[in-house]
Amino acid sequence: MTLELRNVSKRVAGDDWIYPIDLVLESGRFNMLLGTTLAGKTTLMHLMAGLEKPTEGEIWFKGADVTGVPVQARNVSMVYQQFINYPNMSVFDNIASPLRVAGESRDEIKRRVGEMAELLRISAMLDRRPSELSGGQQQRTAMARALVKDSELILLDEPLANLDFKLREELRDELPRIFANRDCVIVYATTEPSEALLLGGFTAALDKGRLVDSGPTGSIYRHPANITSARVFSEPPMNTARVTKSGGRVTWTDGVSWPAGGDLPDGDYTFGIRPHYVLPFRKNENAVPIEGQIVVAELSGSESMVHFEVFGNDWVSLSHGVHPFETGATATLYAEPEHGMYFDADGRLVGATGLAG
Amino acid sequence: MNKTVNHKAWFFVLPVLLLVAFNAIVPLITVVNYSVQETFGDNVFFWSGITWFEDVLQSPRFHAALGRQLAFTFTILVIEVPLGVAIALAMPRKGIWVSVCLVLMAMPLLIPWNVVGAMWNIFALPEIGLLGKTLNSLGFDYNYTRQPGAAWFTLVMMDVWHWTSLVVLLAYAGLVSIPDAYYQAARIDGASPFAIFRYIQLPKMKRVLTIAILLRFMDSFNIYTEPSVLTGGGPGNSTTLLSIDLVKIALGQFDLGPAAAMSLVYFLVILLMSWIFYTLMTRNEEN
Amino acid sequence: MARITLSNLAHSYRPDPVSDADWALKELNLEWDDGGAYALLGPSGCGKTTLLNIISGLLTPTHGSVHFGDEDVTQLPTEKRHIAQVFQFPVVYDTMTVYDNLAFPLRNRHVDEATVRAKVAEIAEMTDLTSMLDRRASGLTADGKQKISLGRGLVRTDVNAILFDEPLTVIDPHLKFQLRSKLKELHNRIANTMIYVTHDQTEALTFADKVVVMNVGEVVQIGTPEELFETPQHVFVGHFIGSPGMNVIPCDVKDGAAFIDGVRVATANEADAAVTKGELGVRPEFVTFSDDGLEAKVVKVSDAGRFSIVETVCHGKPVKLVAPEGAPIPSETTRIAFKPDNTRIYVDGWLAGARGAA
Repeated sequence: MTLELRNVSKRVAGDDWIYPIDLVLESGRFNMLLGTTLAGKTTLMHLMAGLEKPTEGEIWFKGADVTGVPVQARNVSMVYQQFINYPNMSVFDNIASPLRVAGESRDEIKRRVGEMAELLRISAMLDRRPSELSGGQQQRTAMARALVKDSELILLDEPLANLDFKLREELRDELPRIFANRDCVIVYATTEPSEALLLGGFTAALDKGRLVDSGPTGSIYRHPANITSARVFSEPPMNTARVTKSGGRVTWTDGVSWPAGGDLPDGDYTFGIRPHYVLPFRKNENAVPIEGQIVVAELSGSESMVHFEVFGNDWVSLSHGVHPFETGATATLYAEPEHGMYFDADGRLVGATGLAG
Repeated sequence: MNKTVNHKAWFFVLPVLLLVAFNAIVPLITVVNYSVQETFGDNVFFWSGITWFEDVLQSPRFHAALGRQLAFTFTILVIEVPLGVAIALAMPRKGIWVSVCLVLMAMPLLIPWNVVGAMWNIFALPEIGLLGKTLNSLGFDYNYTRQPGAAWFTLVMMDVWHWTSLVVLLAYAGLVSIPDAYYQAARIDGASPFAIFRYIQLPKMKRVLTIAILLRFMDSFNIYTEPSVLTGGGPGNSTTLLSIDLVKIALGQFDLGPAAAMSLVYFLVILLMSWIFYTLMTRNEEN
Repeated sequence: MARITLSNLAHSYRPDPVSDADWALKELNLEWDDGGAYALLGPSGCGKTTLLNIISGLLTPTHGSVHFGDEDVTQLPTEKRHIAQVFQFPVVYDTMTVYDNLAFPLRNRHVDEATVRAKVAEIAEMTDLTSMLDRRASGLTADGKQKISLGRGLVRTDVNAILFDEPLTVIDPHLKFQLRSKLKELHNRIANTMIYVTHDQTEALTFADKVVVMNVGEVVQIGTPEELFETPQHVFVGHFIGSPGMNVIPCDVKDGAAFIDGVRVATANEADAAVTKGELGVRPEFVTFSDDGLEAKVVKVSDAGRFSIVETVCHGKPVKLVAPEGAPIPSETTRIAFKPDNTRIYVDGWLAGARGAA
């Protein structure tokens, strides 16, 4: 099963919301739409669902042109960021509602709702109202309702964004199991690179209404087509520097240079390196020491994210463990340039010496 | 965002369109038709152009009625809006008394308009009415059938009694929608009760108050039943508001042409004033 | 400014609490130093908001007392406690300019206009609001409004503590970092006592010098971010803090030592000699593939970019481990080892040898 966007664009009142996009989304995997708020993820999903019509271009589903076919004439489910359930129906009735609309028999409804509740681990809550459930359980109910009718296209618009941190982790871990063995196209929008990575599959990186990159998730992450894609797919943000390659060395600024690997021609480049290859301690013999000033340290529970000012650039270091840092102090960072990427003047990736994807 | 076009949806609107056509458009055309013709009965019509409009606009009688109408509307707005807000502020926000208060408030709105007129007619009678008799026994010389002042007083009182509830209910809806955090923040900031009203409650009630004022303006400008039952426009012409005058001309004197012209002018006045009101009150919000 | 002391504090929303479950907040004693940055961290329903409301004076505790310095404020209303609060949803006075919003608390206290002007200018500079002082507050974005809420607390000189109730909830994800760093920076500059309530570990650990972790109405650990990561006092802390959370593996205990299926596992602590059943707590960071470890089967590998999360089944129990990016991951059957210094025995949820095991 395939959903295909052919040169699809959307203009609203003279503003370009979506610039022409070509994209093929397959069934049997998570198709992630990754981008910040206002990148165009929701608009794109509305176009896919048939809630809106593209200004130009065609949408093909299962080999048929479905451009302009309204959502009610298509077999589509949506799960939203807000937990959308019928407030005065029980969880059972909520999940059963699409089946009742479809006119299924009483026994069939009972069987399928039971199955879904089992899958989403809410069997014990079937008699309760949505308001009596935790956020995680409410979203599970909404997901069960979306899944119960065997849609051919399931759109999830940041489904975990409104959940508490731990609940988000829990449900995210379960998603691959919940969606396993389903013959449908799954599209999943998120602002979080880690969510895209952990759910894997296929990723389309969006930025300001443009598709900047697409491909298997791991390969997009490790070999982004351009610097915008690398930025979209980096949380905390990727560190960058203007560098010059000349002969066998790459030079950032006075006293900070490293041997150039690969066969990059001489010239000016933007160097990009992910925060976990810039450490506040020396781990690797080849690491390049860089002096910086600590702006602020963020601690995530098992990692430390330290923001530095380095030669007027904002750099971030991400290291394992929880370490105390003193704001304002000078510290040495150890960058591992063999994991860096080089982008040309147009922002295109010209050299990645890091790990193969 | 534009939605998918589905022409079937027009069928759902059709009954309303038909209703509006019979209810508003056809009568309006009839009125326009009358307003430019002269008739002497027997369904014989003569073209009269804009004569009726000129007459109406120049007529001192129309000016007087319009003046009385403006005075009435202005008076009731000045009383009902602050009073309604004050009552809404005094109402409880939680507990069983909420529904009791709401039902009490809704009561006057449920009574048919002519009954309201009849009730006040009796209530204010100087000889037997509770209000009339009390006032007189307190030493006030009060008789609304003879004194223009007393008639106005009764008319305004009646409208306030009847319609303040509407303002109360709307203002109350605005008030309860203010999150607790605002009140907490204000307490923390050391705000006085007046400052809380001025900077939190009033701004948050602005939208519903705009609607309340517009509704009260339009309704009071159109008011007919209650004053007609209560005073019939008297004594003399002292409480003859626009609508009462219109009915007198149209049905009392059967001057269909002038009456039609007058109702059109009347309609345009309301439209214009509502538009001005609305623009003024919503202008601040936009920038 | 003042030190905050909570003594024998407990709260129930029921008039006559009987069972443990009736208490929204179980009895606790806490002392917060003047000028410290503290966080209350826990899942929804853990009692952190109840505690915050007791401190701010919106709730009177069922028993116990709240002291600001030497003053007992337990019965004092909010406005007499000299606190400032930033709420989950931005609260600004819509009709006022940003300047008037910041000046509002001072004007209410009849401070003269010259002082107001100076103070507002100072705080606006700190909160990056200087360029917006003349704008209507209603026109600002959510993060701007939250800065105004905070600024209204900062302009006052009489503030005992500034309370934050999940202040970043409505902030755009990519702006959260900026506001987080701003708060940290402001605390360093002003050194006011600040108490921050959140369910987000990053927010709590970044902001606070000391974090109070709560679960079902109970304080489970008070510690620095390092302590919470390195030595969780309760399995809940190990699970709740860190991503992925700590592995909690049921084990047998004999003479104070831990065994999995008869195999001894070296640990940093010992359990009481009388204990026979317990749990091993070890973070996925401290589990490695090793030839002389326990037998385990790899069941799932998730690529998290900078590392992989490997799910294994070890003697019938799920164990997660974190492998560095690019490291080879054995398929199917393998052996895993736990780093002894970071592996601990827990009994009934509590770290053995600490509070709960007694």
